[in-house]
Amino acid sequence: MALLTMVKALNLALAEAMRENPNVLVLGQDVGQDEGVFRVTEGLLQEFGPNRCIDTPLAEAAIVGGGIGLAFTGFLPVCEIQFDGFSFQAFHQVENHARRFRNRTRGRYTCPMVIRMPYGGGIRAVEHHSEAPEATYAHLAGLKVVIPSGPRNARALLRAAIYDPDPVIFFEPKAVYRAFREEVPESPETMPIGKGVVARPGTDITIITYGAMVRVALEAAEELADEHDVDAEVLDLLSVAPLDAELINQSVRRTGRAVVVHEAPRHCGVGAEIVARIVEDSLLYLEAPVKRVTGFDTIIPYFQNELTYLPDPGRVVRAALETVRF
Amino acid sequence: MPREVIHLPNRVESLSVLSAEGQLDRDLEPKLEPADLRRLYRTMLASRRLDERCLMMQRQGRMGTYGPSRGQEAASLGVAYALGPEDWLVPTFRETAAILWRGWPMYTWMLYWGGHEAGNVVPPGINDLPVCVPIASQCQYGMGIAWGCKLRGQGRVCVTFCGDGGTSEGDFHESLNFAGVYQLPFILVIQNNQWAISIPRARQTASCTLAQKALAYGMDGLQVDGNDLLAMIVATREAVEKARTGGGPTLIEAVTYRLGVHTTADDPKKYRKEEEVREWEARDPLIRFRAYLRKKDLLDEKIEKIMDEEIAAELDEAVRLYERYRFDPLEFFDHMYAEPTPDLRAQKAELAAYLEARAAVRGGVPAATGSSPAPAVR
Repeated sequence: MALLTMVKALNLALAEAMRENPNVLVLGQDVGQDEGVFRVTEGLLQEFGPNRCIDTPLAEAAIVGGGIGLAFTGFLPVCEIQFDGFSFQAFHQVENHARRFRNRTRGRYTCPMVIRMPYGGGIRAVEHHSEAPEATYAHLAGLKVVIPSGPRNARALLRAAIYDPDPVIFFEPKAVYRAFREEVPESPETMPIGKGVVARPGTDITIITYGAMVRVALEAAEELADEHDVDAEVLDLLSVAPLDAELINQSVRRTGRAVVVHEAPRHCGVGAEIVARIVEDSLLYLEAPVKRVTGFDTIIPYFQNELTYLPDPGRVVRAALETVRF
Repeated sequence: MPREVIHLPNRVESLSVLSAEGQLDRDLEPKLEPADLRRLYRTMLASRRLDERCLMMQRQGRMGTYGPSRGQEAASLGVAYALGPEDWLVPTFRETAAILWRGWPMYTWMLYWGGHEAGNVVPPGINDLPVCVPIASQCQYGMGIAWGCKLRGQGRVCVTFCGDGGTSEGDFHESLNFAGVYQLPFILVIQNNQWAISIPRARQTASCTLAQKALAYGMDGLQVDGNDLLAMIVATREAVEKARTGGGPTLIEAVTYRLGVHTTADDPKKYRKEEEVREWEARDPLIRFRAYLRKKDLLDEKIEKIMDEEIAAELDEAVRLYERYRFDPLEFFDHMYAEPTPDLRAQKAELAAYLEARAAVRGGVPAATGSSPAPAVR
């Protein structure tokens, strides 16, 4: 066991996969000599050389499009986009090609690739460095969209993503990168993509979230228990595509109440899908309308004001209490 | 100190072997086997006839929107001829002659334009990609394939096609840039057919040639008479040889002309003059190559008649297979992921139940499963 930050845990997952499978490649801007702007690719150039940890010119579409071609020749490319806000410069390669080839060619050509990127706000970054675009990607059939919440599940899910036979968008919450350490086992472990977990069991209300908001929800759950005698269950979805609707509905049917939390804007956010799933499958179990605590339908404010925008435990507690007292 | 011309290490050249008037440069003429020469002509002819048949079927409502490659047969076929079966070919959608040479059945081509994903199913044994409809985005995965070839070290190359319009897209430039930086075995062939739907080559770029764009990425550019099959073969062979032996990428501009419509959904009379089309008709690659073969006594009326009859029979058979093609209307759920997600299983079951109920109401008529034409949109 080692006590690791998410950055170190992700680095470990990359190194493990590169060690055991020569087809695993890492490519992106500044991933080699500079070891990644967040140091997720630390030591990889040294250990695996410039043909496996590849510093690329500055062009997101070529990193992703090139990755697609590499996948066709049998490699398992892990493409790094330096920040989520720049992923849109590769968006057409994801939409037009990566997600479609299996379908278009009836399985002859597939894209077993990972597109990793730092995700979300909360680290006082300059604009275009704090976006939460998961719904944009989750809407595209053919992709899987994974958002870990801590070091241990990040390492396990990145391993699963690398060996997944389909393209995976892998969002790494920047606010979690170095926020805390977690015990990570010695030997590689994996987790199924598309399955969430119960981060905190509870009986009165279900708080459904993912990514950096898991810690916000857990903090809110503590406050609800300590100060309001409300026992909240917190679900950590880990993947937003596929979505673990079964886990969500099982929990909501027990508690009868739900609050969805994410940092992305509300309109057409993943929360909208979650609420739809609850309404479709568990309407008659509900004791109160489902509430959403999310970012707003604006541009995320520059960093002096970003904490106003991002959900905090107080907003979650308030929404939970309104739901419980409905 | 002084102002001086910078001499670049790379070159831009032009190449023509057999002129439109039939003049042959014997030093440059590739020495090809007679059987190959005949087969090359037959492939161009088959491509032309396939185009004509598809256009006719589109007008008859038996096929969807169709993009013919009339006039551009040599530009793609010469490239395909210079490749080995293990090499990669990444087309757009105007490389009909090339893919016929590579062994794609005519029937598969019809299925694609007839609205079936089965038209993208690559025949076994060749490393070809299916058509690419978005403009120039294929340059990126073509470059990635070349990258993989280089990393694998097996001496394979990747040839990727794009059009003159595609040279304005970022993907075109990004892929060349990566190919230059990593010295990839990547050959990008621009089919400069002079028109990007209604925008002429002159309004696509202020560059004197498209081939010169190679210089910006540290590679050689070659402008080739794209209606000269021999020149296309010579140019591609040279680029393939260079790429195979570690010499890096090449940009080839094939100067050709789209004699037909962009697709059946447009009318070129709206944007270009008939005289221009007639000028290029005189430079038709089939006329030129036919005259060359006749001069070599490799073609005569008897052989051509046999070719015509054989191709017509192949087309009839392809049409028969195309129109008899049946599909599972729910198959589209099955290829989204290696393993279908629970949601996809549920959605497929939901639709299956509806279709069954609908069929029961309508007296046992299931969902359409044949080749019915799609309305022409684009």
